[in-house]
Amino acid sequence: MHPGVRVGGWSWVWRPWVVLVTLVLAVATFLVFCVSIAVGDFTIELPAVFRTLIGQGERVDEFVIMDLRMPRALVGLVVGLALGISGALTQSIARNALASPDVLGITFGASATAVFVVTASGGAAVSSAIGLPAAALTGGLLTALLVYFLAWRRGIDGFRLILIGVSVSAAMQAVTTWLLALADIRDVARAQAWLVGSLDSRSWNEVWTTLWVTAALVLVVVVVSFQLRPMHFGDDVAAGLGVRYGAVRAVLLLCAVLLAGVAVSAAGPVPFVALVAPQIAMRLVRSPVPPLLASGVFGALLLIGSDLIARVVLPNDLPVGIVTAIIGGPFLVYLLVRANVKRAA
Amino acid sequence: MVVEQRGPQSAPPGRSPQRRRLLGLALLVAGLAAVAVLSLVIGARSLTPAEVWQGLFGDPGTDQQLTEITLIVHTLRVPRTVLAIVAGLALGMAGAVIQGHTRNPIADTGLLGVNSGASFAVVLSIALFGLRSPVQYLWFALLGAAAAGVVVFGLSSLGRGAGNPLTLVLAGQGVTIFLAAMTTAVALGNTQSLDVLRFWNAGSVQGVGYDVIGTASAFIAVGIVLALVNLPALNLLNLGDDVARGLGVNVLAGRTVGVVAVTLLAGAATAACGPIAFLGLMVAHVARWITGPDYRWMVPYAGLLGSVVLLLGDVVGRLVVRPAELQAGIVIAVIGAPFFAALVWLGKFRQA
Repeated sequence: MHPGVRVGGWSWVWRPWVVLVTLVLAVATFLVFCVSIAVGDFTIELPAVFRTLIGQGERVDEFVIMDLRMPRALVGLVVGLALGISGALTQSIARNALASPDVLGITFGASATAVFVVTASGGAAVSSAIGLPAAALTGGLLTALLVYFLAWRRGIDGFRLILIGVSVSAAMQAVTTWLLALADIRDVARAQAWLVGSLDSRSWNEVWTTLWVTAALVLVVVVVSFQLRPMHFGDDVAAGLGVRYGAVRAVLLLCAVLLAGVAVSAAGPVPFVALVAPQIAMRLVRSPVPPLLASGVFGALLLIGSDLIARVVLPNDLPVGIVTAIIGGPFLVYLLVRANVKRAA
Repeated sequence: MVVEQRGPQSAPPGRSPQRRRLLGLALLVAGLAAVAVLSLVIGARSLTPAEVWQGLFGDPGTDQQLTEITLIVHTLRVPRTVLAIVAGLALGMAGAVIQGHTRNPIADTGLLGVNSGASFAVVLSIALFGLRSPVQYLWFALLGAAAAGVVVFGLSSLGRGAGNPLTLVLAGQGVTIFLAAMTTAVALGNTQSLDVLRFWNAGSVQGVGYDVIGTASAFIAVGIVLALVNLPALNLLNLGDDVARGLGVNVLAGRTVGVVAVTLLAGAATAACGPIAFLGLMVAHVARWITGPDYRWMVPYAGLLGSVVLLLGDVVGRLVVRPAELQAGIVIAVIGAPFFAALVWLGKFRQA
């Protein structure tokens, strides 16, 4: 048995293994982060990277790291964290290992609006740092709202939410396809690059917006998530244990949507991070349900790791989304097989 | 006395269901003919039925206007009408058969990654081998559709029993996202394939040549024959594999024929028009609502309904943004998504 810890009105179970794994993941993430800002056309030695990070590096290193590489790596870190947590929330609420924020309609709604903005305005909106992310965020949130509204029938249940989400996503996909078919071929190439998720050329402005919004949301999630665990037993048990499951689910769902929306607007719809990270984190910490914090940390590790692979291994600067798809696809197959074998047993 | 409610045509006494169903089929064929006439008449340049008749069967001679009409009818209107009928038939039947075989009311070729498998194969074939004509990449589309279908259906029906609808849909979604990313990866490095892809992806029956229609129709014809042969066995397979086996059905053969039929039908239709989602799912549900659960009737109904709906979608697409056109696949998806949502609402899909 694990001992309980109680501080004021809050109580939780002390699980050394969970804490250990999460810490190890965090350290690994930090190391990959350092490698990521060290490697590039002009490679910097790791000790020099550390010196620069604590403000004692050389002028050149400082310029390359702080101005060129840091924003990209930081956006990757935050986006990965947001996606991991968003995925863990979605999977907890839907009680299905295959659910991800994509099925809530955010991704495809954001894609449709983003493609609209890119193709309608030519290059103009892309160059402005605000236009495209803001449009994508708005589109994603509106679509998610539509899904939520359509799935509402005396409350929300995961099953109906997923099916409605998938159908609305399909409609949004059709709109996206139509916009692409209408557009100029150069805009299409630009839109496609956005559509697969990329961390290219980020600025500090984007880092700060993404960081603050994500931090605020994570805080809310951590506070509300104390109510989440009983909900894995089903609504009736949760109600019996004193959880106002309707309200908790609505708040957490909203947080999941907002986190995914922020991530999508910052990096485009990077596929599979939200699906894969919670499932792997769950196996690492040996938890029966997706762990929130560990999922987030693993999401960050996955995203900046994939970005590193995309830059170093793959040819012609392919976007990070390709790498996460290559990792995520086989993992999805594994999850499917496992889910079926378990049901058959 | 309890009368079983099956649908709108439920049994007024004294008339056999057989005759009603035949009558219904005849009505559907008549409806199809009517929509086909609409499809020949309506377009960027509207023609009168008389002109269409002239264009179809008349001899234009040296009259310039008549020559123009003949040209429009023969090279634009007839091919797209024929293709919409053939592809709609194929997708409708495929949708009904696949729902039967998976015993899963959500099964639809578009939702389950079959379409994205075809797009990926098309892009890959263009990028790798520099293929230019649709007749050539039709084969690859067929292969891609088959591969993706086998992955999704195969994996989600591993183990025993029918697949959970939710798992099936999420698996399809995952495979779609994966293949879409791969497709983009290829297309980003190859502008030519990107250009083909974006039009092909919209799902259109327009601008497809007779050569492609011919090849696709050949595949579809084989698929239709296999599907029809498969129907009696499908009825029994729906009672469960064990019961079917007890009644003398070769389960393995029945399933194999069904899957081959679906792959041929959906693959060839997708290869010719591009991905069209929701069509098979929609018409299968409407057909089941009309005929009840007997697949021997349901599948032909679904096929004819598929033709009618796809043709209508194409006609509507020509009307809404005149003089430009909305691709049929987009019209169908925009109609299909609310239809699907309504089915969810009515509780037609149950959690396994």
